[in-house]
Amino acid sequence: MTAVIGRRRASTGVRLALLIAFVVIFLIPIYVLLVTSFKPLTEADPGQAWNLPRTWTFEAWRVAWEKLAPGLWNSVLLAVPGSLLSCVLGSLNGYVLSKWRFPGADLLFTLFLFGMFIPYQGVMIPLVQLLVNLNELTGLQGVFYGGIPGLTLAHVVYGIPICTLIFRNYYVTIPDELIEASRVDGAGMLRTYWSVVLPVSAPAIAVVIIWQFTSMWNDFLFAVFLTGPTSWPTTVMLNNIAGAQATPYSQQMAAAILASVPTMLIYVLLGRFFMRGLMAGALKG
Amino acid sequence: MRRARTWLPGLLLVTPSIVAIGVFVYGMLGWNFRLAMTDKHDEVSEGKFVGLKNFVDIWDLPRWHLSVQHTIMFTLVFVLGALVLGWFLAFLMEKGVRGEGTFRAIYLFPMAISFVATGIVWRWLMNSGMEQRAVGLNRLFDWIGLPQWQWFRDPDWGMAAMALPAVWQMSGYVMALFLAGFRGVPEELREAARVDGCNEWGVYRYVVLPMLRPVTLSALIILGHISLKVFDLIVAVSGKQIITDVPAVFMWVAVFDSHDPAKGATIASYIVLSVAIFVIPYLIWSVRKERRS
Repeated sequence: MTAVIGRRRASTGVRLALLIAFVVIFLIPIYVLLVTSFKPLTEADPGQAWNLPRTWTFEAWRVAWEKLAPGLWNSVLLAVPGSLLSCVLGSLNGYVLSKWRFPGADLLFTLFLFGMFIPYQGVMIPLVQLLVNLNELTGLQGVFYGGIPGLTLAHVVYGIPICTLIFRNYYVTIPDELIEASRVDGAGMLRTYWSVVLPVSAPAIAVVIIWQFTSMWNDFLFAVFLTGPTSWPTTVMLNNIAGAQATPYSQQMAAAILASVPTMLIYVLLGRFFMRGLMAGALKG
Repeated sequence: MRRARTWLPGLLLVTPSIVAIGVFVYGMLGWNFRLAMTDKHDEVSEGKFVGLKNFVDIWDLPRWHLSVQHTIMFTLVFVLGALVLGWFLAFLMEKGVRGEGTFRAIYLFPMAISFVATGIVWRWLMNSGMEQRAVGLNRLFDWIGLPQWQWFRDPDWGMAAMALPAVWQMSGYVMALFLAGFRGVPEELREAARVDGCNEWGVYRYVVLPMLRPVTLSALIILGHISLKVFDLIVAVSGKQIITDVPAVFMWVAVFDSHDPAKGATIASYIVLSVAIFVIPYLIWSVRKERRS
């Protein structure tokens, strides 16, 4: 008996040791990011690559902030309205597809789901063409193609499937009797949505906003195809900063951290909802 | 059948989304396929219908062969790596450890960061400089006596190195999926197997493992479709270099540098097809499963 307990304790110890070893490995890139970003240029030689800075300086952070700030602002202009819009569409769709179903709703839902998995490369060339045409048609140069509104449109539209899925799966858990009762009371579809469904939607709204905000903030593919120098969001600008040969490592690393701060904050503060989004997205990557 | 009056308002409410998905997903996929079947190899020509010519011709390009081979190696290392590591981490935590929440948070946080930011630090870590010029992992390896190598610049195994940042980023997600899977196995089931004389390994092999199959399948699909369209990470780590070329980067070059829409559309179509081949059966399977339960 003591042998069994002893063995079990040993195995717990081994598991804990392994987990800690993996934590160290997982944190290596973070160590590098932080340490390098605080180094002055004089300590940039390879021999000191893994050392802590001898003199800590914010110089790289200052320069990185100056270079990246327009991109960060563009990303805010994209991700804040974009995730709110996604939320509205997803919520209405999810409500109808779970509680106000029409013939063929299942088929439609499956067709939506496929939209979640398509590699966006498959729509990129027509999308660029359409946005260019919209620019010409409306006479608004640099709005749809080469502008934040066009990028937002793309993200909102291609976000419809995942947002619909999250809301639908959440609304399925609302008892049908509640909806039925409201209907018996004479409330129509929208009235029921407003007074019964929306008030209990907070968790799903949080999940969708976090999910969409993160994917809009981190997206590079749409951004690189659809935006231009004045509308480049964070990721494109970051890639340009880091891609320039002249940019010292310290600035690249500081810029990379700056670019990740908003999503990291969300992750730290609202990790619970972030997890739920991931699980809902178990159908998506 | 309920009367139209009851379901029509719902249909109307989702109509904008139906139209949007119809146009932006299905319409544009179709448009892209049609473009791929024309000879519009510059931006001004009309583009005559040439059938599947582009789909065949692209196999004459050495660069295309390379990018396909690269994707295969990247996919193998990334999918297997993330799957095995994610499963292993979940396995270590499955029975509960002290500080589980902290461990989970640390393994998962890379997911919150963009591939572009990740790429910057990994490019430094996987710098191919050696000896005196070694930084990053080569410098570290030198200290602990491991051989230095070229990482993603290695002509044969470069894409295996390229998969490392992706494994780092996604294995926490796989861990979370597996952990949910492990926890979904009812304790009574394990207990019953133990009573029947199973040892712990037997319980794992015959009770837990079969129940993890759906989770494993989901993880495979998610990792697989990320892998086949990988773009940001490659661009951030090595830019447009041929040595790490993949179809998504090749397509980008075809559209913006070679100004060849038909070629870009052909590559894009291949990417879509490679994903659709396993995602469509998976979707049909999961919708059917949901309907059964």
